[in-house]
Amino acid sequence: MKLEARVHERNLVKWAADKPEVVVFSADLTNSTEIGLFKETYPDRFYSFGMTEQNMMSAAGGMAREGFTPFVHTFAVFMYRRALDQIEMSIAYPNLRVRIFGFLPGITTPGGASHQAINDVGILRTVPNMTILETGDATEVESVLDVAQSIDGPVYIRQLRGQIPRLFREPMKLGKSRVLSKGNDITLITSGIMTEEALKATTILKKDGVSIEHLHISTHKPFGDDAIFNAIEKAKYGVITMENHTIIGGLGSSVSELMAENGIGKRLVRIGLKDTYAHGGSKEYLMKYYGLDAMNLVKAVENLIGQKLDIEEDDLAEPQIDEIEQMIKAEDL
Amino acid sequence: MNVDDIKKIANGIRRRVLEFTIKNGGGYLSQACSSAEILATLYGEILNIGPSIAPKIPPVFTGVPSKDNKEYFSGYGYNGPKEPHLDRFFLSPVHYALVLYATLVETNRMLAEGLEMFNKDGFTVEMIGADHSPGHELMSGSLGQTISQVLGIALARKRKGETGKNWVVMSDGEFMIGQTWEAIETLSFYKVDTVNVIIDANGQSADGKIDTVNQIEPLKKRLESFGAVAVEVNGHDIQQLIDAANTPHESKPLFVIARTIPYQGIEILKKRAPKFHYIRITNEQEKEELQQFLKERFGGDNR
Repeated sequence: MKLEARVHERNLVKWAADKPEVVVFSADLTNSTEIGLFKETYPDRFYSFGMTEQNMMSAAGGMAREGFTPFVHTFAVFMYRRALDQIEMSIAYPNLRVRIFGFLPGITTPGGASHQAINDVGILRTVPNMTILETGDATEVESVLDVAQSIDGPVYIRQLRGQIPRLFREPMKLGKSRVLSKGNDITLITSGIMTEEALKATTILKKDGVSIEHLHISTHKPFGDDAIFNAIEKAKYGVITMENHTIIGGLGSSVSELMAENGIGKRLVRIGLKDTYAHGGSKEYLMKYYGLDAMNLVKAVENLIGQKLDIEEDDLAEPQIDEIEQMIKAEDL
Repeated sequence: MNVDDIKKIANGIRRRVLEFTIKNGGGYLSQACSSAEILATLYGEILNIGPSIAPKIPPVFTGVPSKDNKEYFSGYGYNGPKEPHLDRFFLSPVHYALVLYATLVETNRMLAEGLEMFNKDGFTVEMIGADHSPGHELMSGSLGQTISQVLGIALARKRKGETGKNWVVMSDGEFMIGQTWEAIETLSFYKVDTVNVIIDANGQSADGKIDTVNQIEPLKKRLESFGAVAVEVNGHDIQQLIDAANTPHESKPLFVIARTIPYQGIEILKKRAPKFHYIRITNEQEKEELQQFLKERFGGDNR
């Protein structure tokens, strides 16, 4: 699997070249949110707001009212936690075209609880007019800009930075999940960095005879395309969700709402933070400590099928893009 | 417009708000007392805006903005068309909405019939103004957000080469709010001189006198230290307001601190001190007193 560095930084500059209506807002985290190159390339379209997130959000609403599209960048926590009222009243209520890029989702930072956005999807899902997207790899980081820009209203993007894998070749599509494997025993629904983590276990699980329908989702709101619905409906043993977020209000909740509203009586195991803040540490350490890693997926599968599988940590494999593509293609036939 | 004509508008504002306060058993009456000259002077003299392009009688509520509601009505049309060279007006403390509606009636931008819809279910002439309410352009209901939104609008208008100014009426209570100061430091940083703020400094907040709630003074010094040009005037003196609005402020935002009195022009309210935020009429005697005052000062409610 190929890791790529600072994808958003390079891509945004290229993408925005012919879009003068796009202006970029920063809250004193320009290089940390990969907009330093944008600032250098288009200084006239770059606005520094300093550490004034509340002010920045309202100003973004003001500028959007005048026909520009502000791309607001900072760490997610400083938006949905610090400036929620401003997001709601200055941007979401008037349904303005502001794109909010929230970095450091969940446990992707060693910065500890003050920097970890663990309930952003849950909070923002309740905000009317808000569309919520989440990127899971380099291709999605690149293609999320077109998706966001096609939406007539505010968009929150749960964005990745730094070294990120390239898992997919096809660009992200609004409201369309990616079917990564087909199967009838278990339906597995993952988002963001959890997809890569899940892929480490699905190959060996298949080898052990568990057939898994694995879907990656990148649209949290509006939620629920036909593929998700059908996959949930046919799962023999039940459904597993994996999210880099608290299990309350995010992907697991969306899936459970879909199941309840459609009267699908299946078991659901939600993998995610269990109503807890996290602390500082590496992604790998935190994933293991809080039960978000691939081995916890194996445990969830064992729980649903009622059978112990003989899978060890060493059996897990790094996901390979070609294999993922082959999986998708083979299932298409 | 000359000072006497502006005075007449200010008196009309007080009379109309007093009428509604009596009729509704309560209202934001002290806000009319303190800000009548500010709004009358803005609409009578200071604002460079065109005539209203909105319906003389405000439309009924047609739903909140969403991607499916393109017919959403904005109240800005009462302040004339949006043109590059024209000014824009923004009311930040939108519990002053009735004062603004009364101003629109007094300046022939809205018919008095529109006021009959005030605070009635299903209409846009809401008690706390929203961006569909006459004279309003922004969703300002949460205090402190207007100045930042206007900052965004001013930066955008600059990008487009527009020359019109952006006038904001704020209340002094909003200077307790962190976001207000964030906006001012950013206005200074970008040397925005197209944003002019008039502060209705009536010294009042919901809990009573501001100096018993929090410390916002010395406001002029604080504003200057944040990089703004600040002038202090008697907010009931129309000529002083006009002169203050013309204060040179190159590369800096202008803040006019209009010192006002929360019972100006309706002096019988004075005995309610220190609480003026919402005048609630609790008994017949109070109602009769206010009615008597309305009759004596303004000739009653049958103009």
